Amino acid sequence: MADKTIKSPYPGTFYRRPSPEADPYISEGDSIEPGQVVGLVEIMKNFHEITSEESGTVARILVESEDLVEAGQDIIELS
Amino acid sequence: MIRKVLVANRGEIALRVTRACRELDLATVAVYSTADETAGHVRAADESVCIGPPRARDSYLNAGALIQAAKQTGADAVHPGYGFLAENAAFARQCAEEDIVFVGPSADAIDRMGDKAVARKLAGESGVPTVPGTEGTASTEEALETAEELGYPVMVKAAAGGGGRGIRVATGPDELAALVTEAAREAEAAFGDPSLYVEKLLVDARHVEVQVLADAHGNTIHLYERECSLQRRRQKLVEESPSPALSPETRDAMCEAAVTLTRAVGYTNAGTIEFLLDAGGGFYFIEMNTRIQVEHPVTEMITGVDLVKEQLRVAAGEPLSVAQADVHQLGAAIEFRVNAEDADDNFMPSPGTIATLDLPGGPGVRVDTAMYAGYTIPPFYDSLVAKLIVSGRDRDEALARGRRALGEFRVEGVTTTIPFHLALLDDPAVRSGDYHVDYLERKLARA
Repeated sequence: MADKTIKSPYPGTFYRRPSPEADPYISEGDSIEPGQVVGLVEIMKNFHEITSEESGTVARILVESEDLVEAGQDIIELS
Repeated sequence: MIRKVLVANRGEIALRVTRACRELDLATVAVYSTADETAGHVRAADESVCIGPPRARDSYLNAGALIQAAKQTGADAVHPGYGFLAENAAFARQCAEEDIVFVGPSADAIDRMGDKAVARKLAGESGVPTVPGTEGTASTEEALETAEELGYPVMVKAAAGGGGRGIRVATGPDELAALVTEAAREAEAAFGDPSLYVEKLLVDARHVEVQVLADAHGNTIHLYERECSLQRRRQKLVEESPSPALSPETRDAMCEAAVTLTRAVGYTNAGTIEFLLDAGGGFYFIEMNTRIQVEHPVTEMITGVDLVKEQLRVAAGEPLSVAQADVHQLGAAIEFRVNAEDADDNFMPSPGTIATLDLPGGPGVRVDTAMYAGYTIPPFYDSLVAKLIVSGRDRDEALARGRRALGEFRVEGVTTTIPFHLALLDDPAVRSGDYHVDYLERKLARA
């Protein structure tokens, strides 16, 4: 059971990397800090960064790159 | 002969094309992604075909699915609208190979005008002024040499770029040398082509474009200009005609240059020749858009010519229904692009469900939109949800109608740029018409 989750504030298309050739922002097992960028959501042809409000360890990434997400959907579990 | 048109687009432009078809007694086929089942353009067409999942590259950019949909429904023509595949020469070619009429120029014309360096060269050869810069693409040394002659600042542009992408500015030789290497690498990654060219950066220039129409019978005409300098991030927000900045002599010269270039490239159908206009009245060709444009209704309002119906006539092999002598610039017209965006939150997109929709009406008002009360705007596509176009006997009357119509325009459930436009109408530079391409960006940066 996850302690905390990071939600997407926007509906749209989720991306794990800043560009197709780049490394993912985060991977499972990474430690993250408040304010750290964890992914991108494309909404109406604009890209918006998703940041974590909490610190913690990435337990699970619940969506894949290019998955469609709803506003408020859980995308990452922290432990 | 065309009997049935597949409209390979969505939203307001798909509805606009469907309306033109209906007036010409042509049957229509809408296409939609699974995110657009309830979209207004689908309701308006005679038939509709689902072409794939929400992502544009799986649906509206999927040439194979579109051709398949046309064959399945017996459509003998495809109108691409703007955006998506409208300027894709390979798609135009594929349609031709399948004996489907592509409502637009030939694939070869799209190819020629799609390469910005080639287009620039063709303009130069036709005697149409271009922004001073390199002849075609440039090496680092050629770029530095040219920049020295022109004087800084200069722009470095990717030959394969467009729509405001792949453009950088250098203010001195060191910066330019560094930029050329970096820009070539980026152009290779983004467009698969590292070719660059260098142009003088015109300070406080205006973006003025000329609408052209040409048929296969040798008729090429212009329908005057559109002033499109009110932009944010190189995206137009408000367009008007006539341009408040053109003298009658400059207007004539610019329109004539547009017709000359259109003829020189053997172009048919509707197109737009874009120019930069400097403070001294000099104008320079920048590029040609080989499609119908978002802001085409501005021209329709002042000339009375239905550009989309002319496109369909030309595509069917008929001559234009209007001669140059019959085209007049009557009064003034202004278009406001209504985007589902929050101007107070850095233009953050605002998809969602429209709870209430009251459209403006009355004299001199046109609204192009495919939205309706209860419609949910999906997050996957462009944020443009409506265009309000107003006209009047002169610019002052058009401005007053714009304010009145924006006041009547009520959209609840999503945030739109209607309040932004109302505030813009109080801006002294907008009221006087004395603005340029960087005006709005600088104003927003100060706010």
